[in-house]
Amino acid sequence: MNTAVASAHTVDSLVDRLAQPANARAFGLVLIALAVALALLKPWLPEGLMRLPALLVLPFSDGLNWLFNFIKDDLGFIHVTRAFASGIEWLLDVTGNLLYGKRRWPRLEPIPWTVIAVSAACLGYWLGGWRLALLGGATFVWIALLGQWKWTMETLSVIVVAVPLAVLLGLSLGVAAWKSRRVEAVLNPLLNIAQSLPHFSYMIPVVVFIGVGPKSGAIVTIIFAVPPMIRMTLLGLRKVAPEVVESGEMCGATRWQLLRYVRLPTARTEILVGVNQVIMQSLAMVVLASFIGMPGLGQKLLQLLQSLKIGRSIEIGITIVLLAVMLDRFSKAWAVRQPEHFERGTSWVSRHQVLLVWVVLTAGVFALAQVFPLAAEIGRRQAFTLSKEFDAVVGWMLEFIDPVTLAIRAFLITQVLIPLRDAYLWLPFTSVLMLFAGIGWRVGGWRSAASCFAYVALIALSGWWDRAMITAYMVSFAVFLSALIGLPLGVWAGRKETRAQRVLLACDTMQTFPSFIYLIPVIMLFGVNDVAAIAAVIVFGTVPMTRYTIEGLRGVPENLLEAADMSGASEGQKLWRVSLPMAVPTIMVGLNQTVMFSLFMVIIAAFIGTQDLGQEMQRALSSTDVGKGLVLGLCVAFMGLMVDHLIGKWGAERSRLLGITS
Amino acid sequence: MPVAAPDTTPLIRCSNLWKLFGVEPEQYLAGALTGSTPAFGQLMSDGYIPAVRDVSLEIARGEMLVIMGLSGSGKSTLVRCLSRLLESTSGEIQVDGQDLRALDTRGLIELRRNKMGMVFQNFALLPNRTVLDNVAFPLQMRGQDRHTRRERAMEVVKLVGLEGRENYFPRELSGGQQQRVGIARSLAIEPDIWFLDEPFSALDPLIRRDMQDEFLRLQDMLGKTIVFITHDFDEALRLADRIAIMKDGAVEQVDTPDKIVLHPATDYVARFTEAVERARVVHAGALVEPLGGAADAAVPDGEPVTAGASIHSLARRLVNDAREQYAVVDDTGQCIGRLSRSIALDVLLGDAP
Repeated sequence: MNTAVASAHTVDSLVDRLAQPANARAFGLVLIALAVALALLKPWLPEGLMRLPALLVLPFSDGLNWLFNFIKDDLGFIHVTRAFASGIEWLLDVTGNLLYGKRRWPRLEPIPWTVIAVSAACLGYWLGGWRLALLGGATFVWIALLGQWKWTMETLSVIVVAVPLAVLLGLSLGVAAWKSRRVEAVLNPLLNIAQSLPHFSYMIPVVVFIGVGPKSGAIVTIIFAVPPMIRMTLLGLRKVAPEVVESGEMCGATRWQLLRYVRLPTARTEILVGVNQVIMQSLAMVVLASFIGMPGLGQKLLQLLQSLKIGRSIEIGITIVLLAVMLDRFSKAWAVRQPEHFERGTSWVSRHQVLLVWVVLTAGVFALAQVFPLAAEIGRRQAFTLSKEFDAVVGWMLEFIDPVTLAIRAFLITQVLIPLRDAYLWLPFTSVLMLFAGIGWRVGGWRSAASCFAYVALIALSGWWDRAMITAYMVSFAVFLSALIGLPLGVWAGRKETRAQRVLLACDTMQTFPSFIYLIPVIMLFGVNDVAAIAAVIVFGTVPMTRYTIEGLRGVPENLLEAADMSGASEGQKLWRVSLPMAVPTIMVGLNQTVMFSLFMVIIAAFIGTQDLGQEMQRALSSTDVGKGLVLGLCVAFMGLMVDHLIGKWGAERSRLLGITS
Repeated sequence: MPVAAPDTTPLIRCSNLWKLFGVEPEQYLAGALTGSTPAFGQLMSDGYIPAVRDVSLEIARGEMLVIMGLSGSGKSTLVRCLSRLLESTSGEIQVDGQDLRALDTRGLIELRRNKMGMVFQNFALLPNRTVLDNVAFPLQMRGQDRHTRRERAMEVVKLVGLEGRENYFPRELSGGQQQRVGIARSLAIEPDIWFLDEPFSALDPLIRRDMQDEFLRLQDMLGKTIVFITHDFDEALRLADRIAIMKDGAVEQVDTPDKIVLHPATDYVARFTEAVERARVVHAGALVEPLGGAADAAVPDGEPVTAGASIHSLARRLVNDAREQYAVVDDTGQCIGRLSRSIALDVLLGDAP
């Protein structure tokens, strides 16, 4: 009891201490004041302090283009990539032949859809019982019945090739980084940038080196999916208990034996979580790769969305969501699956029940497919479609909602978005520069100030200042609204354990959806404009905000809450004085993710008509301008990295003061 | 009680062993050792953590040496230096006549594959392998084929009483059972030297006691040379042939349990012995006075007591039998001296006021 009261007391005094200004960082305030002064003095500022003079804009993109051309043609790297690409293409041909009957080696008939559905159900049962069996089977039955089989298989044929290659590549790089500090020192900043580059930045170089089509789609997917695998491998290998390694050493294991038999198997869970992330990243990318001519579900969805066929889009959207949920649940079930023993004397048959059932069922439906063609393939003509019904429901809904959304849209655009955008564009770049340097100084001293200054300055030097400010305005507005929705939602959900779990499950599920999916409902509601883009960003960004708020609140130690209760705190006091201050570091992680997600989403939303960096990136993509595309991508990455740096630094400091070690 | 083998050359001998953590410790220590032995505080203020300080030990074949110390006293580091899981900073270690610190990787692996076994505090089992495959792991490392290694592993699994659970996975076993697997694994290669690093500390007190009994049973049967680490003084007294008590990386005293309890060398050791019920630790043999010269050679009459009997077990006799001296005989019935009743009563009742 005594300790509990004492700890409540400590929290209070800590909160008070945190509220005090850090005197040593007062210089940050000076910089911020300078930023305000620059903004206020704008009418009298010389032109050179408003926008970077064109003279100073460095020709980064020309330089990058020259570099890429040099690597591609002069160094003959294009032959290497072309060779690699033809290897990938051969693999894609094999999976293409097996999944949707592409006329290539091994020239077998496509596997009947019933066989794949049965296999998915059996795999699901083996991984996680009836629920996953149902999920696996139903997903493929839905796809077949709605006549989306070929597009889905086109998408899957790439995933089947990309995932193992990305896993292998990530695993080897992860082991290399684990073995050598030097490799890690090189890889770490690269991974940081890679994980904050928007999807499109990956596509442009691939188009330059390989061209458009499925093989580029596969390659861009592999490149995009590797970073998390490296990270998880490294994490897993680091987490192996030293005692376990010592036990291996004492058994006389050589270094290779230690890695192969001790470290990797013990890091199994982390590695498989990495595989899960690779799969989900691959799905997200493969859908987006439709922009570089990758056929499949993504391309279909893109066409339908562009021609505003909402009903059909919803059908495809459901398919993508089902696939995402299925792939996620299956791979997660695999990651947490623990080996279980069989009693002695268990026969081979009962040890391999699921396998035998699968063999029998597969043979059965295969035979069935030979007799009834419908069990092998459901063509477009025989397929069901719900698009008319969806259209009817959506139309009926819109009749009610439209006046509301129209009003919201008009209000937002004229009263909020345009003024806000103009305000961001009105700001002199020097003011922004000083502002972030000042914030950086307050958060992490001169080092942080220098990095923030460098990030903003590089964006200014790139010559895309105005576009970047438009991106920044959309992201900051969306993040603000996401926090406004996500925080209270998280607090509300966190008050009851069952509710918290339900909301967390919903967040988990929504996070598995490829970002593209979020565009369907917002286009349905708001049409094609800025409001739709921002709405999509808000929906996408609210998920991590809610999720981390709940987790932060759930992580507050029970004895602190008991101490607060016994000190006579009301529910409100408990929330404001104990839970929220303790949860702040976790909530900050959520905010960080929200910013990242929003940046990615804003860029993807470009094709529904925004005027920011994303739009320029789309142009760079269609004119295969590598230099421009990369410079634009790096602008986005720098924004992300700066926010990540500031929030990360601040959150770590908070955790330190609260005595939370993560 | 296990009896030390007649071979008196020590199996493990370390002399002036040092382990410092810090920046370039070899260089620093070489400089520091030129003068007098540097003190603990001196090393700390120079930015080094002295985990092992100038330790010299000899462990005889078949002997069980228990290294006792509180957490942070350097006992785990010491055993890791003796098994070369950690490289020592300075000093000499001889294992079975080989210079351990001079061995190359290959030689070290060979030594571990054939002569050493180790049990860990948190079991350190491989989660993806069954009990049988965990136990067979060291055999697999040295390249034995699947059939013979599983056969041998099965023998050891039976030895530690886990027959019937050989197909279980570690997470399906209780802590005590997991440590039995750890013990079985360390015994699979029939090592000469057996390191046990706080093997029972992670277990609850009742299981711990069972495991100690089990361990004594195994040791009676196998007669290994053992280095056993513990922070539990009672456990040390219960198991040890000799106890080495460590503090701040240095060995304070190495002696038999009797002698440590009767004659603690330092105040620090004395603080451990204060709470011990000495009559249960001290044996008649430890208090025996030799039969002196001709004048004093008479064997005291009456029923003799055996040297291995604890004073506690003699309590009733000490109270009832008023003769001043009892004869003491060893296991073979040979008289080895006499036990003074008043001294024994002092041990039993605490020193006379």
